[in-house]
Amino acid sequence: MSRLKTVCALTLFLSGSVLSSAHAAGTLTIATVNNGDMIVMRQLSSEFEKAHPDIHLNWVTLEENVLRQRVTTDIAMKTGQFDVVTIGNYEVPIWAKQGWLTELKPDAAYDVNDILPSVRDALTSDGKLYALPFYAESIMTYYRKDLFQKAGLTMPADPTYDQIRQFADKITDKSGQVYGICLRGKPGWGENMAYVDSLANTYGAQWFDMSWKPLLTSDAWKKALTWYVSALKEDGPPGATSNGFNENLALFASGHCGIWIDSTVAGGLLFDPKQSQVADKVGFAPAPKGPYGKGPTWLWAWSLAVPVSSHQSADAQTFITWATSKEYVKLVADRKGWVVVPAGTRASTYAVPEYQKAAPFASFVLNAIKTADPNGQTAQPRPYTGAQFVGIPEFQAMGTQVGQTVAATLSGQMTVDQALASAQSSVTRSLRQSGRAR
Amino acid sequence: MALKTKRSTRIAVTLLGWGIALWLFFPIFWMILTGFKSEVEAVSTPPKLVFMPTLSSYAEVFERASYWHFTFNTVIVSVGATVGALLLAIPAAYSMAFMPSKRTRGTLLWMLSTRMLPPVGVLVPIYLLARNTHLLDTRTGLGIVDMLTNLPIIVWMLFTFFREVPAPILEAGRMDGATRWQEMTMVLLPLALPGIASTALLSLILCWNEAFWSLNLTSSNAAPLTAFIASFSSPEGLFFGKLSAASTLAVAPILVFGWISQKQLVRGLTFGAVK
Amino acid sequence: MQAVVEHSPAPGASARKGKGAGFLLLFPAVLILLVWSLVPLGMTLWYSLLNYNLVDPTLHGFAGFSNYWYLLTDPDFLHSLLNTFILVAGVLVISVGGGTLLAVLYDQEFFGRGIARVLVISPFFIMPTVSALLWKNLMLHPIYGVYSAMMRAVGLTPIDWLAQFPLLTVMMIVAWEWLPFAVLILLTAVQSLDSEQKEAARMDGAGPIAQFRHIILPHLGRAISVVVMIETIYLLTIFAEISVTTAGGPGVASTNLAYLIYSRALLQFDVGGGSAGGVVAIIIANIVAVFLVRSVARNLEV
Repeated sequence: MSRLKTVCALTLFLSGSVLSSAHAAGTLTIATVNNGDMIVMRQLSSEFEKAHPDIHLNWVTLEENVLRQRVTTDIAMKTGQFDVVTIGNYEVPIWAKQGWLTELKPDAAYDVNDILPSVRDALTSDGKLYALPFYAESIMTYYRKDLFQKAGLTMPADPTYDQIRQFADKITDKSGQVYGICLRGKPGWGENMAYVDSLANTYGAQWFDMSWKPLLTSDAWKKALTWYVSALKEDGPPGATSNGFNENLALFASGHCGIWIDSTVAGGLLFDPKQSQVADKVGFAPAPKGPYGKGPTWLWAWSLAVPVSSHQSADAQTFITWATSKEYVKLVADRKGWVVVPAGTRASTYAVPEYQKAAPFASFVLNAIKTADPNGQTAQPRPYTGAQFVGIPEFQAMGTQVGQTVAATLSGQMTVDQALASAQSSVTRSLRQSGRAR
Repeated sequence: MALKTKRSTRIAVTLLGWGIALWLFFPIFWMILTGFKSEVEAVSTPPKLVFMPTLSSYAEVFERASYWHFTFNTVIVSVGATVGALLLAIPAAYSMAFMPSKRTRGTLLWMLSTRMLPPVGVLVPIYLLARNTHLLDTRTGLGIVDMLTNLPIIVWMLFTFFREVPAPILEAGRMDGATRWQEMTMVLLPLALPGIASTALLSLILCWNEAFWSLNLTSSNAAPLTAFIASFSSPEGLFFGKLSAASTLAVAPILVFGWISQKQLVRGLTFGAVK
Repeated sequence: MQAVVEHSPAPGASARKGKGAGFLLLFPAVLILLVWSLVPLGMTLWYSLLNYNLVDPTLHGFAGFSNYWYLLTDPDFLHSLLNTFILVAGVLVISVGGGTLLAVLYDQEFFGRGIARVLVISPFFIMPTVSALLWKNLMLHPIYGVYSAMMRAVGLTPIDWLAQFPLLTVMMIVAWEWLPFAVLILLTAVQSLDSEQKEAARMDGAGPIAQFRHIILPHLGRAISVVVMIETIYLLTIFAEISVTTAGGPGVASTNLAYLIYSRALLQFDVGGGSAGGVVAIIIANIVAVFLVRSVARNLEV
């Protein structure tokens, strides 16, 4: 070790760099994803620094996968590099149970009760709040009104997956590079599996039964996956296996998709003429229903939390309270316009008439999130929670592997049956390795 | 007749030489071009070659991330790591080239084999070591790691250059009473300078482009350009323009530097092949 | 060539005198590399015997060899091993083969040769992450990509490269980065070839192909060894290109060993399993090193 220090001193001397302490007093390091809403937060954070001159903010903005890996490593090894982390409602309860997150008790002015109940519940563990929601999303259907009109179709108020498939067939025009349906195909538990799980839920499929026996080879899974593969193969864009949320957003915004079923957060971007070529042609509907019809529904809340390893917990809490407050929403509206305010977290946002006017999808999204229920009832009772994920630590491993298998069916390397069999065996292995299933 | 063939050959060579060069360079050209398109134009199909250039993507990139901070870190880390590695490698290569023992060959190959393991296999230990020595997210920490990953190749390259220096020249110096230190600094280094220069250039390029350690061992203070790119690789919405602009910014310094030093780089990369 | 004999290192006198000094000069580099490789290696070995999952601290304790068992019985492991070798071999063939031909081409006099050379060498300076993003989004994207537009322009259906030929596509992208490096080194070697030698061969009536086979190729042996050595070192650990373009998929079609370990250790946070993979990779690296010694290093006259 002393050798290391000598060399370190040497390099230090040579490069003329200063050994910068990662934790200068009053400096908060904030780790966040490079999504649009977070970029706005970063731009507006100078206001926070103005109001709190003794707190300086240091930003680490990374792509979702890289961020998740960095934050998890930091927090699990208790390094304390980050004072504020951006995580979702998959992580919050699991990390809270492991004692990694600081319990939050915002004051009365913050008005916790203004946060939509479904979102608040998702960030609460054992009755304690561990993260504040920055924005939240559920799932919905976007479609192109002009293409539907041309084909003489109307989107029903509550579409089914069979109907969606027929519509997609009719509006697909491959020579004109318009593809009837766009869905996530990029492997990853937060990418294609988020969608496939939602699809599976409404087909009555589920991951495990009460004794943690994997159910991936069930009929319901087979039907759901068959729908997914055939829809994307026949009516989907080429390159579907590399399309995640962002790629599909770009495809839809540039006029290449007829129907797109994905997160509600895309609304603000698709209706923004600066970012979308189809801003005046977007229609929206609820997420389609499958044969089972019920089932848990997608809810994701990008939230800000303070790791217990942070050395500046108090300042960090001041910041996250500010970034998720009503005042912040107003600040975004003043500077950037109502259409881009963080959605899905506060009832008060939806009560603002300007927002309802600027965002035609507002009440629709509000309803989707209010009724989103990650604890919804599956066909058979289940020992876990979560709609587009399974709320256990092992799920990142299982979701990553199954996501790859699903992508392999899209590219034609495997049939649906082969894929499900392989998924079943890899999930069984993971469970055995973690000791959950004996 | 002979002259005719010669001319047609020359035309063919010219066409082929330029054709291949343009084909290989095309992706870079296209990246630079796309950086000057608006986001909507960047995804137009078919792709546009003629368009109204705009700086909007660049403006947004600069607004979102402090480019100069990342560049500064990259420069400091790359230069520091290169200099550090040379200081360790020159004596080692000297010793191997001029004072070999039975173990020299084995030592050299062992050094090279340390470079063949996937860094990810030892990430957790290195991460913990860096944390415990407070070197996480410091330029020093990243510099040390970069230096160590490149050290084996640098030793080997220098070794091959040093062996090109005719031993009699060094011997002659020693006859005149030069010490080893003088022998190394006054006789050997000037002779091997082109080799050392291209080794340094290669090391700089490799450090500049190193992506794995720089992403995992830094967060903000010491984050280099590879981390800068990671924040643009798929932002929400249309991103081709911003991605291209950010990529152009990240590679421009080393690309220009490479073009300028290309002759020097080539001159030194002989690995003892010139006799 | 005959100079080799002359340069056989270290005349006896200085070798005898300098044993201690030689060791002293070598010592710092060797020591620091020893620390650098042995300390993490020891820790990796230790972790590979533990139940160690970052996101599940409830799981701990000694695991014996179960991490190895899970790794070696995983069907993905063999796939990834095979992919690693296909990738290394493919890129080596493309870059050495193409590099040799290009080196001869750019050794010829032609108009603007200097600029053409600079253009050819340029991809080597591009970060792996950037070149992967560039190829994935701007070149090969089945809708917006330039290559797809070209195929559409001549009436073909664009190929969905990353889904249909994932490993081949990754190989092409990596080869694009490393071909210039091969050209750089091989061109230097071709240029060092005595023009008198070439002239003499031409006088003897040797055609261009005969010249290439009997004069140029033998001369390049050493330079090719250098390219193979350095590229192998980097190609064994290809990571950024895979992670950006295919994330190892679809399925495991483009997962190499480095990516498999990454996926275990940092996507699934299974440090124990990832470490077991690391140990296996270290063993493989040493096998490759021995192999390189046998075939390549001899050529290098180490």
